[in-house]
Amino acid sequence: MMAPVDAFRTVDRLRIEAEGLCVDYNGTVALYDAGLCLKSGCICGLVGMNGAGKSTLFKALMGFIRPSRGIIRINGLPVAKAQREQAVAYVPQSEGIDCSFPVSVWDVVMMGRYGSMNLLRIPRESDRAAVRHALERVELLDLRDRPIGSLSGGQRKRTFLARAIAQRASVLLLDEPFNGVDVRTEKLMAQLFLQFRDEGRTILISTHDLSHVRDFCDLVVLINKTVLAYGETSEVFTPENIAMTFGGLPPNLITGPASSEELD
Amino acid sequence: MNALLAMSTPMSWLMERLLEPLSHGFMVRALCVSALVGGVCGLLSCYMTLKGWALMGDAVSHAVLPGVVVAYALALPFSLGAFVFGVGSVALIGFVKQKSRVKEDAVIGLVFTGFFALGLVLASRTRSNIDLFHILFGNVLGISVADIQQTLLISTIVVVILVLLRRDLMLFCFDPTHARSIGINTGLLHYLLLSVLSLAAVAGLQTVGIILVVAMLVTPGATAYLLTDRFDRMTWLAILSSVVSSLLGVYISYWSDSSTAGCIVLVQTGLFLIAFLFAPRYGIFKSRSLPAMTASKD
Repeated sequence: MMAPVDAFRTVDRLRIEAEGLCVDYNGTVALYDAGLCLKSGCICGLVGMNGAGKSTLFKALMGFIRPSRGIIRINGLPVAKAQREQAVAYVPQSEGIDCSFPVSVWDVVMMGRYGSMNLLRIPRESDRAAVRHALERVELLDLRDRPIGSLSGGQRKRTFLARAIAQRASVLLLDEPFNGVDVRTEKLMAQLFLQFRDEGRTILISTHDLSHVRDFCDLVVLINKTVLAYGETSEVFTPENIAMTFGGLPPNLITGPASSEELD
Repeated sequence: MNALLAMSTPMSWLMERLLEPLSHGFMVRALCVSALVGGVCGLLSCYMTLKGWALMGDAVSHAVLPGVVVAYALALPFSLGAFVFGVGSVALIGFVKQKSRVKEDAVIGLVFTGFFALGLVLASRTRSNIDLFHILFGNVLGISVADIQQTLLISTIVVVILVLLRRDLMLFCFDPTHARSIGINTGLLHYLLLSVLSLAAVAGLQTVGIILVVAMLVTPGATAYLLTDRFDRMTWLAILSSVVSSLLGVYISYWSDSSTAGCIVLVQTGLFLIAFLFAPRYGIFKSRSLPAMTASKD
């Protein structure tokens, strides 16, 4: 059965454990010997170049690819089991979504509840309450009947964040959450991430944008085919480490405007 | 008195036109079967257009031909053979795509034409009483009782699957990544939807034939997509436009003594054109009172 909301508060529970992770696509190594351990209630930045294995790590954590070696546990469970308990939510880059699909904001957020519904996916009152609550938190309740095609980039991002909230996931994987969002959304999201942390959720943010990492990530993971460095942001996020992650480029080049290249 | 006659004449003329075909058993059967198949294909067409599987529908419908021929030759229900070859073609497309560097649209194109060609050769080589013309272009006016039973069975299976799994299938079309991450078996949904497509193609070829069945599987969904921003409404509109097209098409074909399949698909295309031009929000001549639902700033 689904874990109750209070389960987020379990002190010092291990949310994500990855050990000796190796992933290869038909002989091409995407990730080798990557290790990572995140406790409940933290915000962790995942930083690396395009093709460094950020999305491969995400896919492995979501159980989409089977690592050739190593183990992953989410909330102490194998990935498939954690999936069934609705533990992991992925918040996509909205560019990957078909915005002309005929669904409303409400419909999209309700999709976060599907995993907890019966096979016919008929919403109960508790599901509707969860959706309403999630929409309130991202300040989109007024727009609930709007088709997603009519939203701005920031509103769309908040819609998918609301879906993760409605899902009551304890682990949130966010793909470039600050790409192309307005100032209001950016502030609201930063605020929400801090709240999520205090609620005991664990947030892993894949990003190019190094300034956001410095601002509010407790931990940072630098990757390039493997975990190069990982730990408290203040200790790990040094110019030397960043230069190493980005293949020796001076950090001032990197902290410039985010590149428009796609992830992996 | 004269005025009364003039009033009643157009009405009675219309009633006569509407009722006269119903005195023929074959017309009643044709109307019922076409409406049923239209409704089923209309429902499925929503998923095909949203998933971007129109070409896949074309492929599957052509690829069933050898199955139909073999089934007839072996005196099996033709839907069985068609289903096996429909699913087989899809599996083959997936296999070739995965194992070679050829792009997907090319793989689809070469696999379904290969199957279709095999069907043509088999049909010309088997000494049976199958009428290739009927398979290719439909023969709903001459449909047999056994074929009606098969169509009924297929339609029931398709509708039950689509209704039970409509939310999962919608999510699968919209955001398969999320579907997978909450533990929904998207691989199973993929093959289930393809199997349903094969079944619907079999049902559709009864009515409009192999060549035009793709219209049944795409056009109603595309028409409905232009008319609404809500998925549930889209499915109802697709079913409605598809059933209306089938009924109207059969009538028009009766009175104009022309190809039934052609008439049904022409009505569907006509409805699409009307939506394309006059849809309130997405038509070319959209009404000005409705704001375009494109990205807005907050």
